[in-house]
Amino acid sequence: MTRLNMTLVLLIVLAVPLSLLAGQVWINPFDLAVPNARSILFELRLPRAVLALAVGSGLGAAGAAMQGYLRNPLADPGLFGIAPCAALGAVLSLWTGYAVSAWILPLFALAGAAIGMLLLSLIAGRNGGVATFTLAGMMLASLAGALMSLAISLAPSPFALSEIVTWLMGAVADRSWNEAWIAVPGALLGIIALRLAGRGLDALLLGNAVARSLGINLSRLQALLVIGVGLTVGSGVAVAGIIGFVGLVVPHLVRPLTDRRPSSLIVPSALAGALLLLIADCLCRVVPLAGSELRLGIALSLIGAPFFLALLLRMRRGTSADGGWA
Amino acid sequence: MTLSANALELPGRLDGISLTLRPGELTAIVGPNGAGKSSLLACLAGLLDGGEVRLDGMALDEAHPHDRAKAIGFLPQTPEVAWDVTVETLVALGRLPWPGAPGGAAIEAAIAAMDLEHLRVRRVSRLSGGERARALLARVLAGEPSWLLADEPLANLDLAHAAALMGKLRKQAREGRGVVVVLHDLAAAMNHADRVVVLADGGIAADGTPAEAMTPDLIGAVWKVRARWLGEPGAKALSI
Repeated sequence: MTRLNMTLVLLIVLAVPLSLLAGQVWINPFDLAVPNARSILFELRLPRAVLALAVGSGLGAAGAAMQGYLRNPLADPGLFGIAPCAALGAVLSLWTGYAVSAWILPLFALAGAAIGMLLLSLIAGRNGGVATFTLAGMMLASLAGALMSLAISLAPSPFALSEIVTWLMGAVADRSWNEAWIAVPGALLGIIALRLAGRGLDALLLGNAVARSLGINLSRLQALLVIGVGLTVGSGVAVAGIIGFVGLVVPHLVRPLTDRRPSSLIVPSALAGALLLLIADCLCRVVPLAGSELRLGIALSLIGAPFFLALLLRMRRGTSADGGWA
Repeated sequence: MTLSANALELPGRLDGISLTLRPGELTAIVGPNGAGKSSLLACLAGLLDGGEVRLDGMALDEAHPHDRAKAIGFLPQTPEVAWDVTVETLVALGRLPWPGAPGGAAIEAAIAAMDLEHLRVRRVSRLSGGERARALLARVLAGEPSWLLADEPLANLDLAHAAALMGKLRKQAREGRGVVVVLHDLAAAMNHADRVVVLADGGIAADGTPAEAMTPDLIGAVWKVRARWLGEPGAKALSI
């Protein structure tokens, strides 16, 4: 394990206990006299922390892989259209009212992600072309976004409308171990698939032709990416809704600390994504907000948008977007 | 280990090209723009399907991609490096066809062969054109291929760097590798190559030693210019 990964693991190990104690009700670890302290810790905050770690790690790893695949520091997991397809599945479950059962919404979202992955593979074909693949993903994202807007505009009731809009904001609040059982395997298996794509992503650093000359099967690489991004992002959206900017921001933060090969970036990005989401969720809990708490998706967008802008300004000035490239 | 092509056909690019390349030789492929030089090189590297290419008798399209990658190193016309890695990391990418195999010695040898020891931790964006060309070639050498195929490796290099790079390519051939380079600089081909293949309109217009293949008459017929060679063998210049 590299020093960077060990540091990130250590930070996570330190942050998890703190995240369990922080919230509107602060818990003193040496005095569990707070009413329902055990329930708050083990039924509310622990699954929430596990979810934040799983979703954050998946988004971080998916972002690193996407940027490596597209050789573009502005790439984001949403570009493949899998996240919008998963969100569309979840929106449909809320729209139809099936989401009253705890498992239905995530299942709809996972089905949406699976359909997105299938469509992406079918449209992009077997030639392994990055441009076709990206355009197919963008088309899927656009279509899924339009259908979500349609569902919102034709919401059967104000309650359904409110549920859809709130869910789309993204959060890990009010979740249980049920969601954790979906998110954790999805993130782990997805990160494994993305890690397996590492060699191919490294070769792509030198362009498509060189990657092929180095013996990389671009169709297999594409399949691993669809599976990896599908599992990480699909399961993440299924349990937490749309959480943006993690996949974009985290690889940027981590890249200067690595040798900049995409394969070196995937695991540290997963760990840093987990840490970022855990800390952001803690802040959401402790920031005072009238009547409710700040939604995680909103908080991350508030942090991510200025970061994205700064990145664009740096690129406009001709400075490196990947931390040194001129 | 010979590399041979049999009746390569690519509509509009290659028109029935057959040739056999031998290891230990530096072969230059020259020709005017659009003659099919890069297409031929891509076919020889197994990256374009234009017909039968055989490596030591074995059809290239039947070889496992890793085996092909271990045998043939390819340097494209416009090499890109998407992320700002160090020279050492870039060179190590040449070991990708050898997963799990120790590659430290090969990487060190490639860095040494291209005189990059003092630049190993420098980022690619901070290299000069000549240093970058050497680093990219070292990446290919790190894979220890039997064949080194380079598409216009002298592009954007000044005279001194171009001559130095040709010298290094020639040294690779002397050490037993098959080296095939696409060149626009006919003088570089004349002074450094063992063999020159002149392409025109997708076919072979001439094939032989530099002096045999690039006669003033042939240059006039293929490039449509009146030219003559000046100077001594090994240091010739083309006067147009």
